[in-house]
Amino acid sequence: MYVYCDNAATTPLSKQAYDAMLPWLETGYGNASSIYRLAREAKVALEGARKTVAGCLGVAPEEVYFTSGGTESDNWALKSGAELGGGERRHIVISAVEHHAVVNTAEYLSKKKGYTHTEAAADKDGLVSAEALQKALRPNTALVSVIAANNEIGTIQPIEELAGLTKEYDKKILFHTDAVQAAGHIPLPLNGDVDMLSMSAHKFGGPKGVGVLYIKNGVKLPPLLHGGGHERGRRSSTENVAGILGLAAALEYMTSNREAFAAKVTKLREMLIGGILSTVPYCKLTGHREKRLPGTASFIFAALEGESLVLRLDELGVAGSSGSACASGSLDPSHVLMAIGLPHETAHGSLRLTVSHTNTEEEMEFVIRAVAAAAERCRAISPLWDINRPAASFLPYFE
Amino acid sequence: MYTERVMDHFNNPRNMGEVDHFNAEGTVGNAKCGDIMRITMRIEDGVIQDVKFKTFGCGAAVATSSMATEMVKGKPVEEALKLTNSAVVEALEGLPPAKIHCSVLAEEAVKAAIDDYQKRRQG
Repeated sequence: MYVYCDNAATTPLSKQAYDAMLPWLETGYGNASSIYRLAREAKVALEGARKTVAGCLGVAPEEVYFTSGGTESDNWALKSGAELGGGERRHIVISAVEHHAVVNTAEYLSKKKGYTHTEAAADKDGLVSAEALQKALRPNTALVSVIAANNEIGTIQPIEELAGLTKEYDKKILFHTDAVQAAGHIPLPLNGDVDMLSMSAHKFGGPKGVGVLYIKNGVKLPPLLHGGGHERGRRSSTENVAGILGLAAALEYMTSNREAFAAKVTKLREMLIGGILSTVPYCKLTGHREKRLPGTASFIFAALEGESLVLRLDELGVAGSSGSACASGSLDPSHVLMAIGLPHETAHGSLRLTVSHTNTEEEMEFVIRAVAAAAERCRAISPLWDINRPAASFLPYFE
Repeated sequence: MYTERVMDHFNNPRNMGEVDHFNAEGTVGNAKCGDIMRITMRIEDGVIQDVKFKTFGCGAAVATSSMATEMVKGKPVEEALKLTNSAVVEALEGLPPAKIHCSVLAEEAVKAAIDDYQKRRQG
């Protein structure tokens, strides 16, 4: 048995997406911006997909812009949003639990483009409070970006509240949310104070290399990519028709089944959390106990290192991931785990298992046994584990 | 990202554990950085008769510890002191650039253990 439990990294392509894409890969290859019939057919399909996506999100079709994925959407929102702020507004706020696509873009704007940025702190569950955001706002803030649901620990932020607070402070501040992990899985905080929202198709059963940036009507976001004037002059590049059709079909499938899938996935996740916490000693859940993505189970283990645990799990037939330093090539563990206050040495021992509606209860039982066996193997080899307990330095956090 | 050789040493670590009645012990690295290696040896008549390791760290940290112990087992101390991190990397058929520091740690652990042995003899 091999169980794929890394659906936050990417999801398998859904049948719905595959079927929707195929005609545009085989015979419908026309450039959607040309004028002959082959092109017009592609254009009609493309605009149909835009309407489908808009319908799923409950927004207007002209507020949906197709991009190459979550990273481009985040870069566009932050770089062009900062630019839109213009001369006087040279400050950006992000949360302490953002994805690298937001963190590194904010750092680029600070280091190279003369902006400064402030991180709104998260609490031990990964939640960003209204107070924390309030503290970070300044009279010259151009843009606020807070992740809708975190990719490592799954904590869901109160986006509507945070966006409302931002607008109350100063309605000229743009509010962006990275909803890459949230889209397709939980209702999105649209039609309120959110100005921009990023999505990526491959996180909800669509293909890789295609995403969306929702831009609220009236927000005059300048383009990031300049060229032939596609996407009404906002995002140049020949339209990825097959990818966009796949994205729309995947989102429609997930949206129409969302409640049923969320119920099933939450049940599987709870099996994992309960099973792992009760069989593996010196292990804790990370992220908020309830306000978390349906499929995200994330843990921290004493006296073992995350990458080793992931490799042992792979050997035993389970695909999972870790926010360990080794994943990034630096010696520092994940900034998200540090932001929620994990001690430095403990933060190296993280494991993220992310479930989808295609997983089964039988698979969860297999995964629980595999995690227990893998942790035992890692600890048997660890100089920080002594027969049945971790080194004393771990105890304050785990007892 | 890892070679077959690295995965072989990670999946089937050689010389894992602690040597009974060891007379040399070296621990290097720190948990804050995510790597700790502890090597124990029994050295008799200037020869490393037995050597074992325990490692807290990533796949490369485990594989380099395993390989380093294999490379010095049965060797005279003077020869073991010539072990270099690049020899460990070569024996593993390469490591990703971000993991080279693991091989440095393996070299340091071997040397720390021998250093401990020499201090015990003098002491």
